Amino acid sequence: MKNNVGREIPDEILNEKGYKTFKSVDIGNPDKQRVAPKVSVTTGDNKVVDSLEDVVKNNVKDGMTISFHHHFREGDFVFNKVMDIIINSGIKDLTLAPSSLTNVMNDKVVEAIKAGTITNITSSGMRGSLGEAVSHGLLKNPVIFRSHGNRARSIEEGEIKIDVAFLGVPNADRLGNANGMDGDAAFGSLGYALMDANYANKVVLLTDNLVDYPNTPASIKQTQVDYVVKVDKVGDPDRIGTGATRFTKNPKDLQIAKMVNDVIIHSPYFKQGFSFQTGSGGAALAVARFLRQSMIDNDIKASFALGGITKPIVDLLEEGLVNKVMDVQDFDKGAAGSMKSNKNQQEIDASWYADPDNKGAMVDQLDVAILSALEIDTDFNVNVMTGSNGVIRGAVGGHQDAATSKMTIISAPLTRGRIATVVPKVSTVVTPGDSIDVLVTEVGIAVNPKRKDLVEAFKKVPGLPLVSIDELQKRAEKIVGKPEEIQYTDRTVALVEYRDGTLVDAIKEIKD
Amino acid sequence: MEERLRRTMMFVPGNNSGMVKDAGVYGADSIMFDLEDSVSMDQKDAARILVYEALQTQDYGNAELVVRVNGIDSPFFRSDVFAMVKAGIQVIRLPKVESAQMMKDLVSTIEEAEKKFGIKVGTTHVMAAIESARGVMKCLEIAESSDRMIGLALSAEDYTTDMKTHRYPDGAELEFARNMILHAARAAGIAAFDTVFTNMNDIDGFMCETKHIHQLGFDGKSLVNPRQIDMVNSVFVPTKKEIENALDVEAAIEEAKTKGSGVISMNGQMVDRPVVLRAQRVMRLAKASHLINEEGEYIEE
Repeated sequence: MKNNVGREIPDEILNEKGYKTFKSVDIGNPDKQRVAPKVSVTTGDNKVVDSLEDVVKNNVKDGMTISFHHHFREGDFVFNKVMDIIINSGIKDLTLAPSSLTNVMNDKVVEAIKAGTITNITSSGMRGSLGEAVSHGLLKNPVIFRSHGNRARSIEEGEIKIDVAFLGVPNADRLGNANGMDGDAAFGSLGYALMDANYANKVVLLTDNLVDYPNTPASIKQTQVDYVVKVDKVGDPDRIGTGATRFTKNPKDLQIAKMVNDVIIHSPYFKQGFSFQTGSGGAALAVARFLRQSMIDNDIKASFALGGITKPIVDLLEEGLVNKVMDVQDFDKGAAGSMKSNKNQQEIDASWYADPDNKGAMVDQLDVAILSALEIDTDFNVNVMTGSNGVIRGAVGGHQDAATSKMTIISAPLTRGRIATVVPKVSTVVTPGDSIDVLVTEVGIAVNPKRKDLVEAFKKVPGLPLVSIDELQKRAEKIVGKPEEIQYTDRTVALVEYRDGTLVDAIKEIKD
Repeated sequence: MEERLRRTMMFVPGNNSGMVKDAGVYGADSIMFDLEDSVSMDQKDAARILVYEALQTQDYGNAELVVRVNGIDSPFFRSDVFAMVKAGIQVIRLPKVESAQMMKDLVSTIEEAEKKFGIKVGTTHVMAAIESARGVMKCLEIAESSDRMIGLALSAEDYTTDMKTHRYPDGAELEFARNMILHAARAAGIAAFDTVFTNMNDIDGFMCETKHIHQLGFDGKSLVNPRQIDMVNSVFVPTKKEIENALDVEAAIEEAKTKGSGVISMNGQMVDRPVVLRAQRVMRLAKASHLINEEGEYIEE
């Protein structure tokens, strides 16, 4: 059956899993029932255990759902340590439900799939050897990709029922009060992990830094935690986040950033108290620099910046150009380090950030979001999940969530090497075009024709190079030519949910 | 010669495919693909073929397309000229020009190529890079060497070496060459381009030099980095007063036309040709700086 972005969703998937197809980016005002976790009551004064093996043995059973967070990113020591024990225990048929999977976890997940330990996965994304393996059919059941907001929703509504959450923290006391801000492996906001702490039946903290009770500020609280396991090291500080963030010197990135800034400042949203979210890439950081100057020049201050936070955003806070920074995660040491000292930097969980079934999420208040794309098609549908060869190599992240902003700007080069970014049809729809308002490339700016108000506003700006997205697509094709179509088998290897849990696309196995 | 803005001439190494592909996106008035100094010996053919193909396939918008060929005494010169003429390049820039004869030799090679490829003779324009004391002393004859000439450019690195000096922050060592080139260009009615400024970290020095050459009267500057384009353009932005005056002059021209009068007058005074020319240049700059709307009206801040 075809959904509302024209994607064929296999009927057996819809029937077997009780899925609905994607209809609209409009969430509406439904009534929703949330679930609550089981609580193993304790009144003791110490949850610290030495043996992770015992914790696994006593708590992880065949068929369960286990979870992790990805705040340690490429410096994560927790995931592989726990998975090794689980694989060696001979436990089978687990559902892996982390907030996302980073490259350091890839080989371990592949090993666990091959061992039969993991038979289902839901994640924000996957890359590298794992993406390759899944795209080539390693996992029998389709992976389910969910945005950060959708994961929060799925946990709250019981679609993801976490039996045991293994959460690495850079500090914890003996009863499990913990935060992400102090310790060798500090990473700042615990935003994604807070969902697991709140909703998992069993919460196991792993830390290399036991501190005196009571540990404050406590992001994860003793009321939620079952075990505290002392380990040697939870993460490699140098790989958790980048050190000093450097602004790009790439002239094309700067050109795109400047054009994105032009779009923002000539939009109706650039006014006192506006809000924005940028990504963490070089081009996104360059936007922050141009935006800073425009805010100074026009004497405009932002009410908040949202999402994954970087040092340049914290600099805007410290300069008084942004009133509050709302961190669901922190990408670099600068952002992570300032969280504990700056009271205007607020840790938010994934639900507060972006759960669509909420009594109001932050993304609903967002004026401007600047997002990236691997591909964008002439209907403005965006793919951030599969590469030009059809292989899984990305993540939904907060893309669908932040795209609910009042003006969502996709910033991307027209082509990357010999690969077009603007295409007739994206290989995978992740974020529907209805929530994308503007595409900025180095050769021109395309406004979604559905946004007549923006088209009118930008037409009046002299020098803003407005073009249609069809022209951009043709121009890209003229440069790089028409690629051969990717060959897939009929088998579905992954499903992409929209943030409301409907199916926006199905990813097929690559034919070899 | 066609009057056009030439504030910025951006150098693009001819063997860098990424830069060649993207050269059109930065808003340079002129793009100069380099087959000479930025291309190593073993890359000469590759660069020529790359630029040739790019000229056939890439969209460079309204930019004037220039190529710097290898020197007239190099083994690559003839192949460079033939390939670029065939590709339909607008301007060929000859390096290290020291005499009118060198330009004449270039023009005759171009003519040969134009005939061979069935291109209308005279289509391909030329310009000369002045890089030595001799070149500076001969720049008027060079400027007047051909009616294909569109401009003279100062190349300061070779010139200062020839002069037994080097570049200084205040640019005093270039003052004579700059003025010679500028006067020769103006006498011949062609454009004058100032030399490149290579230290990307010295923004103040770059702005200071650009303001200086703007004051002297140069059309623009050769650039090594797209980031310099906006900076140069900011120096060439006309003032509100200049634009309003230019608009008044335009209105006076219109009025004279409607009246069928040969004499243009403004505020009771006759407007003579230099005033008209300056007004036209201001209008071109104002439009390029997006200070004039489609109706030709000044856009208030």
